[in-house]
Amino acid sequence: MKTLTPQVKARYFRRQATDLIMGGLCVFAAVIGLIMLALILWMLFSRGLAGLSLDVFTKSMSSTGTGGGLANAIVGSLIQVGIGSMIGAPLGMMVGVYLSEVGKTSRFASLVRFVNDILLSAPSVLIGLFVYQIAVSPFKGFSGIAGAIALALLAMPVVARTTEDILRLVPQAYRDGAIALGSRENEVVRKVILPAAFGGILTGILLAVARIAGETAPLIFTSLGNSNWSTDLTKPMASLPIAIYRYAGSPSADLIQLAWTGALLITVGVLLLNVVSRVSLAALKRGQG
Amino acid sequence: MSTPQNTPASARAPGISLKVANSGPVTSATRISLRQINAFYGAKQALFDVNLEIPDNAVTAFIGASGCGKSTLLRCLNRMNDTIPNARVEGQILMDGVDVNGAEIDPVSVRSRIGMVFQKPSPFPMSIYDNVAYGPRTHRIAPTKADLDALVEKSLRRAALWEEVKDRLGKSGLGLSGGQQQRLCIARALAVSPAVILMDEPCSALDPVATAHIEQLIEDIRKHTCIVMVTHSMAQAARVSQITAFFHMGQLIETAPTDQLFTAPKLEQTQDYITGRFG
Repeated sequence: MKTLTPQVKARYFRRQATDLIMGGLCVFAAVIGLIMLALILWMLFSRGLAGLSLDVFTKSMSSTGTGGGLANAIVGSLIQVGIGSMIGAPLGMMVGVYLSEVGKTSRFASLVRFVNDILLSAPSVLIGLFVYQIAVSPFKGFSGIAGAIALALLAMPVVARTTEDILRLVPQAYRDGAIALGSRENEVVRKVILPAAFGGILTGILLAVARIAGETAPLIFTSLGNSNWSTDLTKPMASLPIAIYRYAGSPSADLIQLAWTGALLITVGVLLLNVVSRVSLAALKRGQG
Repeated sequence: MSTPQNTPASARAPGISLKVANSGPVTSATRISLRQINAFYGAKQALFDVNLEIPDNAVTAFIGASGCGKSTLLRCLNRMNDTIPNARVEGQILMDGVDVNGAEIDPVSVRSRIGMVFQKPSPFPMSIYDNVAYGPRTHRIAPTKADLDALVEKSLRRAALWEEVKDRLGKSGLGLSGGQQQRLCIARALAVSPAVILMDEPCSALDPVATAHIEQLIEDIRKHTCIVMVTHSMAQAARVSQITAFFHMGQLIETAPTDQLFTAPKLEQTQDYITGRFG
């Protein structure tokens, strides 16, 4: 091997040191993030598990200040998040398809993209106030459906953004191949592009569901919350985030306990949804491969 | 690189020896006539006054350096350039006497008669069966499941892929090797029985063995089909084509039966290119 001059050696050492420091900083940042996440999860589980009992799932929230469960809040959350996702996800997907496959770089598409990004970062309380104006105030009453609409408006931009990003990752060769075989634009999207991007779009939808499942502010102005059992979409409806919000600040120890349990339920619910859809997606892929 | 301008091509150094396999005159009728084709991307002109007759039942190879317009011309033939914003084509492209750019012509109907195979093997991310069945399903060619099964098998056989995939038709097309993927793309194109197949450097992403496979396949298919192929490999043009067209900077410089073009080109520019003295 050739002997290296001192300058070359010094430069070599400097580059190696920079490499180590940069790598170390990245690991450091990742570890901090993981520690925070682990602490939150540990706290949730240690505090939340203590209050877990059959009553949580069978009894509605108590109006007397002690005891009771979260049954009405769990069902209310399922209903509102379910309807919100069912409205918001297809709308968001359509916006994403429009931006990626139809509008592309046109002026209108750029405008839609810009507005969508604003919506994406808008404080959720504003969405709640907006829906209050259009769906609560005119009907003189808080309602579950207003809550679902507010959640749909929050989910839509998330899904739109991820759908567009994912569709842009689909190789142009798929589009060219389908067009060259005589497909029309809508057939290219339906039969080739969307199936190819299915996994990614699903991830986007799950992100949106996870986000709206934990939203409190938009529900305060729309579905309000309800201590009693109610599945009537035109009446105020309970939800886990609002139950947590109310109970966490209460003076009663068992209500605070219920708030922790509710927080655990949301987290585990979102986690389960993620795991189940990933496992089924992987099984689907294995079946094809 | 300076070359004396007035020397006739025949007086120059002999061309590199390329094996010309498919010599002999092409006697079949013209399938596609190109009349005064000019193509533009925005303000930039990519093709200048191209006139060319493309015969049926033969392979016509387009050769020339990158950016010479050969791929652009290929994409004009099935109106793929329609999908590029700002792309514009002037002139007549007559396929069996009908202008494919005619006002009443639906580009989808043009593309259903003209198959295309791309440079990079790109099966759709679906099963082998679904890849081949894509075209027939889109154009509702096979009315029953049995018809479709038969058509898929026939297409895969014509693409010399059936024996390798018959036990895994339900598996993803992306699990195949590069050469198999390209043959799957050829089967996909064949499934709609196109009159013309366009190939844009179909072997440039493949190893020599897979290339030999595809070239044999092209020789089989061209007996019933008109094939137009863009290639960067002059050896490949010499091996598989009957007609070769040489392009330079958007102009069609010379067209001739392949054996003539490679052994006795009329123009010095062609001679320079095929002998590697291109500058």
